[in-house]
Parts: sequence; C-alpha cells; structure tokens
Amino acid sequence: MNNPFNYSTPMLKKTAHAIRVDLIKALAHAGSGHSGGPLGLADCVAAVYFYGASIDPHNPHHPDRDRIIFSAGHYSPVIYATLAHAGYVSINHFINDYRMFGGCLDGHPNFKTPGIETASGPLGQGTSQAAGMAAAAKLDKKEWRVWLFMSDGEQQEGQVQEAAMWMGFRKLDNVIAILDANNMQIDGHVSNVLGEKWIEDNYRNYGWYIITIDGNDMKQIMRAIDEAKEVRGKPTLIIARTVPGKGVKFMENDYHWHGKPPVGKEVTEALDDLGKEVN
Amino acid sequence: MLQLNKYYNLNKNIFSSPDLEANRVGFGVALKDVGKTNKDVVALCCDLTESTRIIEFAKAYPERFFEIGVAEQNLAGIAAGMALTGKIPFMASYAAFSPGRNFDQIRVSIAYSNTNVKIIGAHAGVTVGPDGATHQMLEDVALMRTLPNMTVIVPADFDQAYAATVAATSFVGPVYIRLAREKTPKITTSTTPFTIGKANVYAKGRDVTIIANGPMVYEALVAAEALEKQKINVEVIDCHSVKPLDAQTILTSVAKTGAVVTAEEAQVTGGLGGAVAELLGEHMPVPLKRIGVLDRFGESGEPAELMKAFHLTAHDIQLAVHEVIARKNR
Repeated sequence: MNNPFNYSTPMLKKTAHAIRVDLIKALAHAGSGHSGGPLGLADCVAAVYFYGASIDPHNPHHPDRDRIIFSAGHYSPVIYATLAHAGYVSINHFINDYRMFGGCLDGHPNFKTPGIETASGPLGQGTSQAAGMAAAAKLDKKEWRVWLFMSDGEQQEGQVQEAAMWMGFRKLDNVIAILDANNMQIDGHVSNVLGEKWIEDNYRNYGWYIITIDGNDMKQIMRAIDEAKEVRGKPTLIIARTVPGKGVKFMENDYHWHGKPPVGKEVTEALDDLGKEVN
Repeated sequence: MLQLNKYYNLNKNIFSSPDLEANRVGFGVALKDVGKTNKDVVALCCDLTESTRIIEFAKAYPERFFEIGVAEQNLAGIAAGMALTGKIPFMASYAAFSPGRNFDQIRVSIAYSNTNVKIIGAHAGVTVGPDGATHQMLEDVALMRTLPNMTVIVPADFDQAYAATVAATSFVGPVYIRLAREKTPKITTSTTPFTIGKANVYAKGRDVTIIANGPMVYEALVAAEALEKQKINVEVIDCHSVKPLDAQTILTSVAKTGAVVTAEEAQVTGGLGGAVAELLGEHMPVPLKRIGVLDRFGESGEPAELMKAFHLTAHDIQLAVHEVIARKNR
C-alpha cells in the first residue's frame, strides 16, 4: 500500500490551511473544544495523511493500512478535519456535528468515526496501544507502520514512559512517533510545569532514533518522514517544535487557548488571520 | 446426604478428601492448550510469569509470549493494541495490580473500546495469606463489574478455570477472570458443563438458596451437606459469572426457597453479594445474608486462619442460613 494522495509541498501547505479553517469553524459551531494544539499540529497531521502514511480512506479497515494513533484525544478538531479532507467523513458533517449528540464525532475520538484506530482521551493510552499494534505487526511479519501522535504534556503520564521504554527495548522500528512539542499544557508552559529537557533524553535512553524539526515547516516535516521510514532497528521519535494556535495571531503561544474555542467576533478574527496567512 | 445434581458430573470425592489444586493452574494448562489450536492467542505478563501460570504458554510458544516488565498500565494498552490487530491477548498479573492499578486503561482501551482482551487477575482474595493487605485484592470484582462490555468470571476450582479459559478464548469481547493462589478442593471435573453467564445449580433444595463463586463454592457445598443433616434442604448455585448475572436461574431458585445466602472471597459491596442484592431488591426482596469481606482490608496470616478470621468458612455460611430461614419464618 501507498499514500493515495502523495501531495507536493504546496498542496500539503494548502491542505493544512484548509484543515485549520475548517477546525475553527467546527469549534465555533460546537462552542467547546481545544484550539491551540490542533492548530499547531495541523501541518504534521496533514503531512502524515496526505504524504507519509499508507492508508485507504475508502476502506478504513484495510488490513495492510498503516495505523495512525492519536494518543492525545483532545486534538480531535485537527483529527476530524483531516479525516474529512481525506474523505473518511464529510466536511459538512464535521463542521456542523462536531461534539453533537447522535453524531459520530464526539469530543474525544472513538470507534464511531471511520479512520479512528483507538479511543483516546485519558492521556497516554494511545502509546501502549501503538506498541501492541506494532508488536502484533512484527509477529505477523506485516509491513505496515504505526504512526503515533503524542503531546509534550502527555509525556508526564507514567504510561507513556512505560510504553516508550518497551518500544525501544523491543526495537519496534515500525513505529514513527510525532511529538507535538508546543510547550503548552492546561496549567501553563510544559517547561514550567515539569520541565521538558528530560523528554528527549528519556527517548534517547530508551533506544529511540530522534529527529528534531520545526513542526510548522512542511519541507522539514516531509524530510523527517522520509528519514524516519529508513530507520531500522529503532523506533523513531520526531520532535516537532510547533507554535500552539499557529495561524491565529491572538492564540499563538498563549496557553489559555489550550482548551477553549473562539466565540463571537473571535471567530471572524481567527478566520481573517488564517485568510491573511494563506495570502 | 446432599444430593448433587448429576447433570454437572461433579467430583465424587467432594465430601471425602477431594484432590487439591489451585485454579490458576487450570488457567495455565488451558491457555497452553488453546494456544496450540488457536494461533491468534497471545499472552502478556508483568514479571509474574511463573506464579500466574502463564509460564506454560510462554514455554510452549515463546514467540507469542510478551514480557511487559513491571508496568500494568502498559500491559493493558499493549493487549488492547494487539486485540485491535486481530489477536486474542491474555494479560496476566496479580489482581492487586491488574485491575488494581490499571483501571483507567481497562476502562478506556479495553471496555469502552470493546477490545477482545482477556484479563487474568491472579492471587485475588485474602487467601494470598502472608503477603498481607496490599496484595490481597478484594475490590477487583466490584471494579470490573461496573464496566459496560465487561464479562466477569470467578472460577470455583481447577477444572472450572480451565473451562472458563477455553470459553473466554472463543467469546468475543473483554473478559475478566479472577484466580486464587491457594490450592483448593476440586469440585468440578473436566466434563462439568460451563457456559459464560449460566449459573450451575449443583444441589436442588427448597428451604434456602446459597449463591457462591470461586473457592467459596466448596465451602457452600460443605455447609449444605451439614445443613442437610439438620433437615435443612439447601439449593447450591455456583454463580461463576458475576456479569452477566444469571438472573433467571437465581430468581427461579429464590421464588422456590424464599431465602438467600451469598458467599464470595471479595468485598460484598459491588461483588457477587452486591449483584445478587441488586437483583433481589428490584425483583424479589427476600431475607438475604451476604458472606464475604465486609468493608475492610486484609492482613497477614495463613490462608485458613484468614478465612476463619474473615468469616468465610462453611460454618459461617451455616450460621447465615439459619439466620435467613429464621427471618423468612418470622
């Protein structure tokens, strides 16, 4: 299997932008949800779905597909927006029914949504599930990969350390993890809450291959994906340094925007900002 | 003499020095056996390979055995990930740690996600003995029983643990199986019927219903035998499946007897006693006495000593029977 889109850099940038615009619309309509992280991670998520991963949106359960795991479920706006642009769900459904009763797009992801591989919400749970999938793929001698998105605040969960240690020890080189290093969590900057330098050190000590990039630079993201795919004998961690709230000036780098949506004229302002960015 | 229901083909020596074997051993043998025919079965353990008896499988199929290390949260998540890839994972640890420590992972990655994971909670109950309260898991049944999608089985003995393991392998969905450390009398045999969610009526009676599970089924049978001599005619139900609870079998029995004693080696709050009390409270309120651990932690001691101290013996069941019959006749 291959990536069915295999977009060029300009197409990926354009798609990431469209994802940002739609996630703002969906958040505004829902009246709750997370803005900062999803905006910051849009470039990386777009690159995985439209360039890096082997997927088939028309057959979400294809046995040979890559598994894309979002361990931090509060990224749902960017996850659903990307699934919509890839064709798993309709864009209208996303914008109008996100977080609504009776739909398939709950606040935190679960199996109701085509393309979602794990339920997530309590931080860290995706990491172990990714490890289990990768080990099962090795056991069955399958070629598919596991892509694992994590947040930096999430690294504070003991389970993440357990899973990272295990994946490193077992040399699961079919795992490519992308860490959203945006230095933001609910109570403030990650560096102030519990520090951040240890994160990279830990993964190195656990036996991971590490690539550090600007997670909002599409060319760097694509190069990191290409490089990670060539790594043998180690899982790869791509530390993607991103700007939380990327593209919306009043949200950028402000941790207060971690867990709330824009309301009223903030919506227009946010969409205006994103409009300016693409122009 | 207590008349045992022939349908279940129980061990003929129950009341005359029955063989002793731990039910965890039955699990270990069964897992090795199902692993032979079903290549999707995988086993995971947290540094307790020998005592959980998963060692049998690990030795026979090393490529399908995964040592997780001392990390029970990771254990549950890895098992879920493997299940999502089509495997049938059996994850084993001590019940004190799994589900004791990883309830959140079991709740979201296994129960909510409805992944086909089999959770083995070994060394449950006070009979772990000298290790003391931290290792004597008493709340696991209550924890697991509250989870949607979860099936909860408490095997009575060696052969039933074997049967439960085989049944759990073909059953699609999360299953929790609670095991004990100690050798306990063999009640069932390899031909005793076992169906998940179907309680076994080992003795038919008209005066009182004893509903027990785990090693307390033996205590219940011994109590019933003694009561029979006192002209009290006891119905004994082995309720190995706490969830789904076999409401039909229980209500049919209670409609006849009008008095109930439950017996388990766990907190009655949320346990089998809790489940039966909920059922009867809603559908058929009758005099009920629950034998089990009553809102307290365990402590060190020899297993037999602790069973006595925690009032978990056949004698305690007999006293409870007298009490509920007196209340019924009041």
